[in-house]
Amino acid sequence: MSKIHVTTTVNGDPVEFLCEASESLLDVLRDRLSLTGSKEGCGTGDCGACSVTVGGRLVCSCLVLGAEVEGRSVETIEGMAEGETLHPLQRMFIKHAALQCGICTPGILVAAKSLLERNPDPTEEEVRYWLAGNLCRCTGYDKIIRAVLAAAAEMREAS
Amino acid sequence: MALGSKRDTSKRDFKIVGTRPLRPDGIDKVTGRARYGADMSAPGMLVGLVLRSPHAHARIKSIDTSRAEALTGVHAVVTRADFGDVEDAATADTLDNCMAGAKALYDGHAVAAVAAASDAVAKQALKLIEVEYEPLPHVTDVDEAMAPGAPVLHEGRTDETVPQGMSANVISRCQFGHGDIEAGLAKADRVLKRTYRTEATHQGYIEPHACLASMGPDGQADLWCCTQGHYMVRNTCAAILGLEQGKLRVTASEIGGGFGGKTTVFLEPVALMLSKKAGRPVKMVMTRSEVLRATGPTASSSIDVRIGMTKDGRITAGFAELRYQGGAYPGSPVNMGAMSAFAPYDLENVRTIGWDVVTNRPRQAAYRAPGAPIAAFAVESAIDELAKGFGLDPLEVRLKNAAREGTRASYGPTYRAIGLEATLRTAKDHPHWTAPLGPNQGRGVACGFWFNFGGDTCVSLNITPDGTVTLTEGNPDIGGSRASMSMMAAEELGIPYDKVRTVIADTGSLGQNEVTDGSRVTFAVGLATIEAARAAKREMCRRAAKVWGIDEEAVVWEDGAAKPSGPNAGEFPPMTLEEIAAIASNTGGPIAGHFEVNAEGAGVSFATHMVDTEVDPETGAVRVLRYTVFQDAGKAVHPDYVEGQFQGGAAQGIGWALNEEYIYGEDGTLQNPGFLDYRIPVASDLPMIDTVILEIPNPGHPYGVRGVGETSIVPPLAAVANSVSDASGVRLTDLPLSPPKVLAAIQSR
Amino acid sequence: MVQVRLWGSLASAIGDQTEVEIEAGTLGELLEGLAERYPALRPQLDRGVSVAIDGLLYNDSWFTPIKEDSEVVLLARLEGG
Ligand code: FES
Ligand code: FES
Repeated sequence: MSKIHVTTTVNGDPVEFLCEASESLLDVLRDRLSLTGSKEGCGTGDCGACSVTVGGRLVCSCLVLGAEVEGRSVETIEGMAEGETLHPLQRMFIKHAALQCGICTPGILVAAKSLLERNPDPTEEEVRYWLAGNLCRCTGYDKIIRAVLAAAAEMREAS
Repeated sequence: MALGSKRDTSKRDFKIVGTRPLRPDGIDKVTGRARYGADMSAPGMLVGLVLRSPHAHARIKSIDTSRAEALTGVHAVVTRADFGDVEDAATADTLDNCMAGAKALYDGHAVAAVAAASDAVAKQALKLIEVEYEPLPHVTDVDEAMAPGAPVLHEGRTDETVPQGMSANVISRCQFGHGDIEAGLAKADRVLKRTYRTEATHQGYIEPHACLASMGPDGQADLWCCTQGHYMVRNTCAAILGLEQGKLRVTASEIGGGFGGKTTVFLEPVALMLSKKAGRPVKMVMTRSEVLRATGPTASSSIDVRIGMTKDGRITAGFAELRYQGGAYPGSPVNMGAMSAFAPYDLENVRTIGWDVVTNRPRQAAYRAPGAPIAAFAVESAIDELAKGFGLDPLEVRLKNAAREGTRASYGPTYRAIGLEATLRTAKDHPHWTAPLGPNQGRGVACGFWFNFGGDTCVSLNITPDGTVTLTEGNPDIGGSRASMSMMAAEELGIPYDKVRTVIADTGSLGQNEVTDGSRVTFAVGLATIEAARAAKREMCRRAAKVWGIDEEAVVWEDGAAKPSGPNAGEFPPMTLEEIAAIASNTGGPIAGHFEVNAEGAGVSFATHMVDTEVDPETGAVRVLRYTVFQDAGKAVHPDYVEGQFQGGAAQGIGWALNEEYIYGEDGTLQNPGFLDYRIPVASDLPMIDTVILEIPNPGHPYGVRGVGETSIVPPLAAVANSVSDASGVRLTDLPLSPPKVLAAIQSR
Repeated sequence: MVQVRLWGSLASAIGDQTEVEIEAGTLGELLEGLAERYPALRPQLDRGVSVAIDGLLYNDSWFTPIKEDSEVVLLARLEGG
């Protein structure tokens, strides 16, 4: 099977890779680009651990083909902090103990960031429904929701 | 922000323990840098995949691997024939579970594995393996498996406790209790008799099992894997592969959840064998469907309860007969269910009988307080129904019967200081208890108990030349334990928290460590950390004494420094840890403290949960509106992570009560091996989960710590069921309380 | 002599005795003494037991001291998650 050549941008960096036609973006990120921050919890779009944005749209990277990101721009957890400076969501997740094992954390952070870009002042309910596609088995979500709301408040103040 | 309130009943003043510092592995985990099981690779690595049985029960007549082996890109194929015999029965079962022998015992049972240059080749190779099965009749239900004439999984595994004439699927019987049940029941104003059923649920960790193995022809091997206990992995794999334990070094990756499910091995021995045969490193990662089909869910059960109560709420006798199936091998947690069922109560007459049964399902693995939530569901539902029937306050009834210090527990021993009564009283005083409820809404409470364990533990604490501290321990950090350990070390040494870095060592760096289970880490590793810090302090006092030229007995450690003390010690300014560290080479060499112990003497813990639900009378759907956990933590080292354990346990229990279940088809295959159909709670299913931490110190720990990780999953099944009954007026005895079941019950009211 | 309380299944194995007396100063001596005096208990002792001594749980530490008046209760082997 011949491979497909893809040129794209990942976290602002120009990237080229070859992939199989059937290969998911998640596999490309993890296996070809060594970006293992996005996790595979299910591979079927049901857990959100693989959440990334493609062209600004939140997707499950396990359901997107690597070949589909040709010419688009992909953002993953690895691109969330700017150098030494953590994103407010990242800081609030640590501060509010919003992770136990942390396997869901990259996906939830990417999803929450995408929410706050659309809605800087979400209600608790809006956060809960937005994150309904991101499973966390450890925390019962309580501290995650608090951390997202706290980050939103801080970001509103800063802007 | 106030996240729950906290009551301090302990005397000691702590500086760091009890505060909420940031966890040291936080940045790695919010930036994607932390490496979990599937995140490691090695040069020349092959992909390992497993071929699994499509049958619930089948004799394996032959396996022909020759076509797979001949495929270009395939480097090794492994079947059971590659493994030798294992003596120890439990380890032999583990091997058989990792790679089927004469029979495939459940849908998803591993029968062969390949290592190939790519995922695509490995998949193709699996298709080329020809397995000739002779399908056999199967059984997946616990009651059916016990019936005479049921299809039998194993002959000759039944032990001496099982009466003659029962199905060979019945492995053992246990019995606990004291007093005279019939006499007790005779004194009751009402005797309630009910049968309860619960379905198997999976731990549901988001990270599938994964490992990377590398083994040379000389028997030396390295293994990277996500596990709750890499020492267990080492010992089990060594036994299965006939290796010397010291030759196999296991490194624990970050772990993406376990809840008991990662306290055994599945892929690891197979990956090692593939690597050995291929002469290359082999990486194996399960799919979600493999996780659900072939790794350990918990037991399913059927439980008969008889409880007698007087009309003023005194329980006169409690009886439960518990039947747990634990999948295809002996070892369901029924004994722990039978011991814990009535543990919260002070009963004159109590008896529980437990039956361990095998069925054609995946071998159960521990799941958070194994066996206890199911038993508590039955007993707490029955007590609630009796209390309601007499028009009594369910909290009052529990208080009236609550076990206290000096109570003889239903499983035998006499309790020392315990916190059940405190959780009940706090619950009663909490605003949640008296908050108004709307139409179709109800409130339920339930209590829960768990033992907690200790076990082999080994830590080493090293003082670096600049006076910072490295703590090396051997238990994977599954929910913030690095933070708790650093806190205890800092507390004991009298230095700031950020001067300590805790590292999880590989199996080559420390002695034996028991797995991260039984809520043991904060208790046992904490205890060893404190003792290791004390050893380092003693050495630092010795060094200061040498410098000062005084007796070492005349030196004490205070606030992070050695100080002379006593009448003849002389006048010297305190010597800080940094100062002592800086001259360590001049005073005798590096300074370290270490401690090795089988940390026995863990203290039990109790919780009371309170939950409001709303039941939709049109659809039977249940919504959880409000939830409060009251639990005794002994001493909360890092309250954020204690609250996190409370909340996580409650959420898992809610899932167990409302949605989660293993569904088997007529053909014995699992019908819902994915997160779409095996539905765990999502953010929009749950409210905030309030927590109240009580602190009744554990006399067996220097800081009073009790395990907290497991107790929190014990009450929610019953608390939710009691709440649903309060909301809907119907009592359901079978979990999960899925909408069709609830609706049917409402309609037949 | 130490009084040892047995759980139901063990009691049935030795003719419904729920308490037995054993000469023992440590946990190791206790387990050994039991197996010797009551061979019917041996299969379960081999499979493993936990022991509550004065309300705290022990599994394997042979030299855990037991006093004459200690409350000693045998329990089925406990495992956590
Ligand atoms: S791995 Fe993509 S949604 Fe689960
Ligand atoms: S923190 Fe473990 S799954 Fe969310």
